[in-house]
Amino acid sequence: MTAAVLGAATGLSDLFAQPFMRNAFVAGVPIAVLSGLVGYFMVLRNQVFTGDALSHVAFTGALAALAFGVDARLGLFVATIAVGAGLGLLGERGRADDVVIGTVFAWVLGLGVLALSVYSSSARGSANGAAGPTVLFGSIFGMSAGQARTAGLLATGLAVALLAVARPLLFASLDQAVAAARGIPVRALGVGFLALVGATAAEATQAVGALLLLGLLAAPAGTAQRLTDRPYVALALAPVLSAAAVAAGLLGSYLFPKVPPSFGILVVASALYALAFAVRPSLRRV
Amino acid sequence: MLLSSSADLAPQLSWNVVQDVRQVLEFPFMVNAFRAGAVVSVLAGLVGWFMVLRRQSFAGHTLALVGFPGAAGAVLVGVSASYGFFAFAVAAALVIAVVPARGSGQSSAVTGTVQALALACGYLFVNLYGGFLGDANALLFGSFLGITSQQVVVLLVLAVATLAVLVAIARPLLFATVDPDVAAARGVPVRALSVVFLVLLAVAAAEVSQITGALLVFALLVVPAATAQAWTPRPVAGAVLTVTLGLTVTWASLFVAYYSPYPIGFVLTSTAFATYLVAGGWHRLRRGAHRSGRAGSRPDPRAVVLGAP
Repeated sequence: MTAAVLGAATGLSDLFAQPFMRNAFVAGVPIAVLSGLVGYFMVLRNQVFTGDALSHVAFTGALAALAFGVDARLGLFVATIAVGAGLGLLGERGRADDVVIGTVFAWVLGLGVLALSVYSSSARGSANGAAGPTVLFGSIFGMSAGQARTAGLLATGLAVALLAVARPLLFASLDQAVAAARGIPVRALGVGFLALVGATAAEATQAVGALLLLGLLAAPAGTAQRLTDRPYVALALAPVLSAAAVAAGLLGSYLFPKVPPSFGILVVASALYALAFAVRPSLRRV
Repeated sequence: MLLSSSADLAPQLSWNVVQDVRQVLEFPFMVNAFRAGAVVSVLAGLVGWFMVLRRQSFAGHTLALVGFPGAAGAVLVGVSASYGFFAFAVAAALVIAVVPARGSGQSSAVTGTVQALALACGYLFVNLYGGFLGDANALLFGSFLGITSQQVVVLLVLAVATLAVLVAIARPLLFATVDPDVAAARGVPVRALSVVFLVLLAVAAAEVSQITGALLVFALLVVPAATAQAWTPRPVAGAVLTVTLGLTVTWASLFVAYYSPYPIGFVLTSTAFATYLVAGGWHRLRRGAHRSGRAGSRPDPRAVVLGAP
């Protein structure tokens, strides 16, 4: 409690004097923007469950990499992008079936449990008992300056890549048949999009953790689509809301050290979503 | 071998099946594990059959996970973890069922937000409680060990009650699932049924995840039912097949996990996934023999119940 009072008293002026806080913003804001953009399309294409599956694949990938003694980030990206593209190829027109996703990812989670037990019984794992919880719930305040810069740049690059295909992807998501008839490579876009969701999951795992990144993908996108029916307005609104949630969550955690940053981020994102239901309670059904 | 287990203490498989089974069943905790496994696989199998048919795996996964914050919260305020499991699961089911959403993309965004917020609460509770993180892994990935006889009895009573409600609403629920529009026109309360089913799913997930952890609940809910529906589209045959598969997989995994150093979560999900692949491959072959093309699409129970077009 004294720490909280002290934190509030010193004010936010020297907030960015803290290197861990600066790193958290350098990584967190681009990741939030990317999550908002990807989440918008994910909700539009009804693929939130795929995002859920990929977030758990991230857990397995990171722990498998740790079990084999390589950088966790390598395992994260390889696993999520491969499974994302694989789910895209399995499903018809780049959209996997609910049952296939559920079955595959129950097994991937089982593999994650195996990796966790291999890792925690190894010499490396016994020295670092918190690896499981860190992957599950994230440790954005634990990032080094180099890690934060890499994560931030990568997120920016991925966001630019998504914006480059935003127009055809929007067309393919809203009316697949007409888009295909107009010569848009619907299937390739679907597979590419899921690979991008995978990469986003790997990025966001570093910020909020494998178990919580779904909220960063789904809540701001759901809020934006609740507030406006116009696609491009919603596409612009989702990353803004997401970045606001991350910034507010980081500040909250700075002021109240007992509150983990991931929790603050998720609470703000969910509260904004709940608020959107209050602002626009009734919508015409389509 | 990947895992370094203490080989002297580990039980040895003699390959004499009768003797091995007898050795496993010498321990009361293993007997209870087999009993609990039987109840769990019947309950999860039957509820899961409807869940897979209704394409609600995402909701099922979310409801299986919210037991974790429920248990952590209950421990934090100092009441029995069971209350936390049920309170959080039912509350989450009601939020998912009641929030008005436009289109399935929107409603799955609500489900995803509920899941992430619940898990974030769990993480906060664990942080506030302190020193509970070792148990977070058990809550999420589960174990079948350390089940008392009393827990098995409570589980059995709850499972019978849940299944009684499910059987009572089975016919209208099936109708409402395969063709909601026609069912609504015939006066079936489609929306009320979907709320009741989500609450049933939540109660089943809460019961099972207290014993097995969130991962195994989800595996037992989705995989045997998906395998059975790849095999037969008929409801009664499918339900029987689901339960048989679930029971076989669970008991076989308990047996294997007893003799191997691998965690039960890995053994069970791998066995279940293997049966799913076999069923899918067999179905594909059979379909290929009948007519080429359209391989890979599963037979749809909707078509059987309503008559094939």
